[in-house]
Amino acid sequence: MLRLGAIVTALWATAAAGEVGVAMHYLRQEVEPPPTLSSLDPIPADEGIAGAELGLADNATTGAFLGHAYTLAVSSETEAGALVAAARAALAETGLVIVDAPAATLLAIADLPEAQGALIFNVAAPEESLRSEDCRANVLHTLPSLSMRTDALMQFLAYRRWTELALIAGTLPEDLAYAEALRRSAAKFQLRIRAEKTWAFDADMRRNASQEVPVFTQDLPEHHVLLVADEWGDFARFIPYNTWEPRPVAGSEGMSPVAWSPVLEQWGAAQLQNRFAVQAGRGMRPKDYAAWAAVRSIGEAVTRTGQADPAALRAFILSEDFELAGFKGRPMTYRAWNGQLRQPIPIVHPRALVAMAPLEGFLHERSEMDTLGPDEPESACTAFGG
Amino acid sequence: MRPAPAALCLALCLALPATAGEIWVTNERDDTISVIDVETLEVVRTIETGDRPRGITFAKDFSRVYICASDSDTVQVMDPDTGEILHDLPSGEDPEQFVLHPDNRHLYIANEDDAVTTVVDVETRKVVAQINVGIEPEGMAVSPDGKIVITTSETTNMAHWIDTATHTLFANTLVDSRPRHAEFTKGGSELWVSSEIGGTMTVFRVADQSEVAKIGFEIPGVHPDKVQPVGFRFTEDEKTAFVALGPANHVAVVNAETYAVEKYILVGRRVWHMEFSPDRSLLFTTNGVSGDVTVIDVASQEAIRTIKVGRFPWGAAMRP
Repeated sequence: MLRLGAIVTALWATAAAGEVGVAMHYLRQEVEPPPTLSSLDPIPADEGIAGAELGLADNATTGAFLGHAYTLAVSSETEAGALVAAARAALAETGLVIVDAPAATLLAIADLPEAQGALIFNVAAPEESLRSEDCRANVLHTLPSLSMRTDALMQFLAYRRWTELALIAGTLPEDLAYAEALRRSAAKFQLRIRAEKTWAFDADMRRNASQEVPVFTQDLPEHHVLLVADEWGDFARFIPYNTWEPRPVAGSEGMSPVAWSPVLEQWGAAQLQNRFAVQAGRGMRPKDYAAWAAVRSIGEAVTRTGQADPAALRAFILSEDFELAGFKGRPMTYRAWNGQLRQPIPIVHPRALVAMAPLEGFLHERSEMDTLGPDEPESACTAFGG
Repeated sequence: MRPAPAALCLALCLALPATAGEIWVTNERDDTISVIDVETLEVVRTIETGDRPRGITFAKDFSRVYICASDSDTVQVMDPDTGEILHDLPSGEDPEQFVLHPDNRHLYIANEDDAVTTVVDVETRKVVAQINVGIEPEGMAVSPDGKIVITTSETTNMAHWIDTATHTLFANTLVDSRPRHAEFTKGGSELWVSSEIGGTMTVFRVADQSEVAKIGFEIPGVHPDKVQPVGFRFTEDEKTAFVALGPANHVAVVNAETYAVEKYILVGRRVWHMEFSPDRSLLFTTNGVSGDVTVIDVASQEAIRTIKVGRFPWGAAMRP
């Protein structure tokens, strides 16, 4: 295995004389979304890929001044097995890989013999376990974990002293995971989830929302904010303004903690949004942002080191010399103990930014951004030498 | 050989009483200019502009004022006495910042959305050249002899060196993340570039484009991530630089000979650009988030007044 790794690395290092060639490969597993009550807001077919392509264009402009030539190949498969096979082929060509796939597929790719010594960016799987007990030394994460997002939301609620909460969660695995993250974050910031209900209705809410939701929420105890866990956008869009008590809605709907949103315009974000909209013809979504950040991380590391070798880039990216300008107001770096990109988390509603976490007053000895998500002492990740 | 703007200013300044003059401030989210009287330190006029005014500069004889109306995709030419827009200049898309060549005729404009620097002849009102630069060009500077123009690109993280005779790039130098502003100093022998996200200033020797210094900042009680240098200016003797530190809400005083930071002055929120009074005794900083301008006494290096202007003040220019 070691020998194979060495051979592959030697191949990756090959580039045209006088120029640094930087080949990247985007591997996507197409996941069929579950049926939802509304057909508004379909998931764009190029979600993620469009972000990577913008990152490529950004890198290419810089590279043109430095003699660095970037390329991005894309493989998209519906089956995990087919994507792993595609990953094998891709890894024979390059050690710089962006994976847009569920956690299990990501781990299958990361554990391939061909992937040892590669640098893989996770842009789609938010699971905490991938940053903790299931972390891999060859995987970095540009998508924030679930807890980073829910911690951001709870920071804001604590900041506003909206301490009493109620929770409605869907039944899909993603909903359950998000609800669990909300519970953990509420406990972390000493907020109280006073009651929980499960949304398991199969009624068509476009017809019945106004009748169903008031009754459904009538027996909730007194609360300041109603949390919803509905990660696929099934029922929660019908909750706001239909609750029994007039309460703001937050979580998957209403006020949401996200990696990115088209409503961001401060900190130079308007420029990134414009570039993306011109290229993709739509607004930039969280996965687009994560993919952009992955490609830009590679670009930044190549620019500063003049190398395209995955091991050299990984070392630089995890060092104190690396920083990424991510249009969220602070320089972004990677957590050296688990490979997660540190980043501010915008808390948004569909029309504007509400607040940017970390909020003022939440302090940390290293970086205030490390108040979002599990911190080093809580992490079970050992692959990074921790 | 050099036109020496310092000497030019000296001549103009001497002809005027020490406190006369105006500071023109563009309000990015109000589509206006606030005109501050240097003597009374009050806003005496508010003038409407195109959409999202940012960069602002006067013609050398102050008969015209040029305004980057970013969202109108144009550079407006205004009669400063009447506030009337005389005409627009073709500027390329989303002009953010520009610099007027010492020849008083050529504007070098950073087109933020287009990765291009546009050169416009203000007399013929025609585009003379467009030069491809890095992503999100912003900072613009011209050497005192007019031979070099600098564009900094925020996402490419470079200072691009333009030969004004050929309108081609002759060097591209990396700086820290998100370079925002550039200025020549010491007779054009040094170039300073601020890096907002990097939190540093890079000093280049112009002769060979080599880096001679990097200046960092450290404000007690302010997290390093929030220390984001943007606009800066040198005193007339070029011994001191004042550097706006964005969301750190401070202006740093830097010794331009030793590159040591000597002092931090508390100003308004998200301090962005700045301009001196005609006699250079006062410095006016635009504070975007708090919507005001801080007046700093240059001799004592202390903030002496806050002046309310429009929403999100951005650029500032002096009119004697």
